[in-house]
Amino acid sequence: MAKAIQRSYERHVDELRNALREAEVRYRTVALDETQEGAAFLRLKFDSAAEAEAGAEVIDDQFGELAVSPSPQGGAFLRARLTAEEQERLKDWAVEQSITTMRTRVNQLGVSEPVIQRQGEQRVVVQLPGIQNTARAKEVIGSTAQLEFKMVDTEHSLQKAVDQGPPPGTIIRYDRQGQPYLLKRRTVLSGQYVTEARSGFSQQTNEPLVHISFDAKGTRLFGRLTEENVGNRMAILLDNEVVTAPRINEEIPGGRAQITGMANPEEAHDVALMLRAGALPAPVKVVEERTVGPTLGQDSINQGMKSIVLGFALVVLFMALYYRLFGLVADIALMLNLVFIVAIMSLLQATLTLPGIAGIVLTVGMAVDANTLIFERIREEVRVGNTPHAAIHSGYTKALSTIADANITTLIAALVLFQFGSGPVKGFAVTLSVGILTSMFTAIMVTRAVINLSVGRRRLTRLSIGEG
Amino acid sequence: MHLVPSQTRLNFLGHRRKAFVVSVLLLAVAVASLAVRGLNLGIDFTGGTLVEVGYTQPVSVGSVRSDLHAAGFGQAVVQTFGAPSDILVRVPSANGANDSAQVSTAVLEALRGGAPEGVQVTMRRVEFVGPQVGQELTVKGLQALAFALIGILIYVSLRFELRFAIGSVAALIHDVLIVLGVFSLTGMEFDLPVIAAILAVIGYSLNDTIVVFDRIRENLRKLRKEGTESVMNVSVNETLGRTVVTSTTTLLVLLSLFFLGGPVIHGFAAALIAGVVVGTYSSVFVGAPLALVLGVTRTDLMTRAETEGEGPKAGEAHAP
Repeated sequence: MAKAIQRSYERHVDELRNALREAEVRYRTVALDETQEGAAFLRLKFDSAAEAEAGAEVIDDQFGELAVSPSPQGGAFLRARLTAEEQERLKDWAVEQSITTMRTRVNQLGVSEPVIQRQGEQRVVVQLPGIQNTARAKEVIGSTAQLEFKMVDTEHSLQKAVDQGPPPGTIIRYDRQGQPYLLKRRTVLSGQYVTEARSGFSQQTNEPLVHISFDAKGTRLFGRLTEENVGNRMAILLDNEVVTAPRINEEIPGGRAQITGMANPEEAHDVALMLRAGALPAPVKVVEERTVGPTLGQDSINQGMKSIVLGFALVVLFMALYYRLFGLVADIALMLNLVFIVAIMSLLQATLTLPGIAGIVLTVGMAVDANTLIFERIREEVRVGNTPHAAIHSGYTKALSTIADANITTLIAALVLFQFGSGPVKGFAVTLSVGILTSMFTAIMVTRAVINLSVGRRRLTRLSIGEG
Repeated sequence: MHLVPSQTRLNFLGHRRKAFVVSVLLLAVAVASLAVRGLNLGIDFTGGTLVEVGYTQPVSVGSVRSDLHAAGFGQAVVQTFGAPSDILVRVPSANGANDSAQVSTAVLEALRGGAPEGVQVTMRRVEFVGPQVGQELTVKGLQALAFALIGILIYVSLRFELRFAIGSVAALIHDVLIVLGVFSLTGMEFDLPVIAAILAVIGYSLNDTIVVFDRIRENLRKLRKEGTESVMNVSVNETLGRTVVTSTTTLLVLLSLFFLGGPVIHGFAAALIAGVVVGTYSSVFVGAPLALVLGVTRTDLMTRAETEGEGPKAGEAHAP
């Protein structure tokens, strides 16, 4: 995130210079004050305190996102800082922009039904079903793909720069083999002007490479650059690593270039893909990864299903034996409940995970519990000597508040889980919440309806509930 | 058919001192084990990388270990997982080392490179959790627990009475600590699904306790001549049938999940089984007895109108 703010400061250096020039304010320098954590503020130096005042006015007028303050160095100096709101906005924008870029890249990878979501302030969740080569997926999603063109510096000695640090205005960058390059600090052209990129092979050497085309502004910049620098070398950097540094042999007016130095055709393909999708505004780091292989996914779901079906069958059998006819009615409600849960889960497009399966199991337990509460109550009423109809009626009425209390407390726990949990815990909370609601409906209303239908207005002397 | 006789008259509350001794002993063992042995925290909380692979034929853990050692993962933990051809590798995050998502790729390469000629290694599962995320998950897990308990405390004090709320939350903490103790003593891996299981245990145990409380409230209104302790005893006895049936059915499903659900779901099922067992115990021996000890009386659970009324109406009379 610091990177997005750093970039904004770098952009502002040029913009401030232009604005001050246009307003005819005489300034000496506009520079970044860099600390180890990145840019902290912009330092401005003017000819006089009066000029500085005029400069402050220009900045106040034209750059609402900058806050100007006097510098301890004196009246001719100013400091400009990005406001707190602007920094927040930049961070927010960086995340949103990253999501857009990742989505484009993932779409080009050809993944069916990817999910890319923001999670919290600075995190993005990417779900890629069916991806086999996860190492490559991580590379394609996570690379910043910042393409930069910088001129190679020839005025200073490379060896001396490596030993004693680069002279002002230059930086040292390395290529993949660890070879150092001394480069001019200024980025002369960047990936934002690239409109088209595709991979291919060099006609002469058959090396894999990437063809890029610039937009109108990029074409102009590139043409002028190559014209002015015939004979010099220009380094092409991808994420601060020198990919290649060819010598400019002649002016290139057409706005087309080639990037060689690719390790293999696959890399050329991925680099082209990332250049088309654009760079990420800030570097991303993978903080969590969960990959399930195709065999484990199937195996564990099969196993989970098998164990559920068996457990379910045992419960169905138990209920029928224990509560006879009423048990059978509860079993019907239980199956209906399962159908509801699966239907709602597929409506919500939730993926069925192991914790999700476990949530269903717990729901089955809760549904059975509701019926147990009712049936035990009916048995009690029968024991006390109430008629069957009265026993059913008061059994349902009396058990209702208990069931409601028990389910609401569990629902509270489920909602808290949903709020604070992440990933698998959340999945569990969703199934549990859905299950509690459907099970209250099936275990109370559906069983009541079925029992009323079957008992009807017939005179009964005893109930088939395993009592008496 | 009955699992318990229909008219039990067991003196549960009379044994509350013995029950408290049992609970305190269990809690002491659990807390001591947590303090001394701690929990076998999974990478969800410690941060690190987990790779599960399947070989096409059984493989020796020792040779896998040496392959990984050669690749620079000397601290990796290797074990078989379910079958002798299934291997689980854990690479803990070590002071900033091994903290990148590239570790899994390197581990897989090392395993593939070390496999004997003609043996295929297929990736089953890869999990990488950065140390920062691990810390967050721990904090969030504890937060979720605390908020769930507070929410329950509020709801139960509104629906019943503060002393009942304290009794039920004490029962929950009792259950959670004992389940944690079981995990600490057995050294089973404590990961994210287990947290979900423990929260489910809270829901379940609470359910049990609420059912008993509900009956106590009802009986306090109905059986005016009996003392509070006696009413609680009657209530626990009356709900005993339901308590046993529900625990039985839930355990049927959970045991099936434990034995057939596969190794991935093992810890989850174990936590739930332990939780259901202690949850059933605590709903009988912790929740109501504690409320009694705290001094709950008949009037605490009645609305004003009820206390001013003239005893039970004829229709509500209950044969003792």
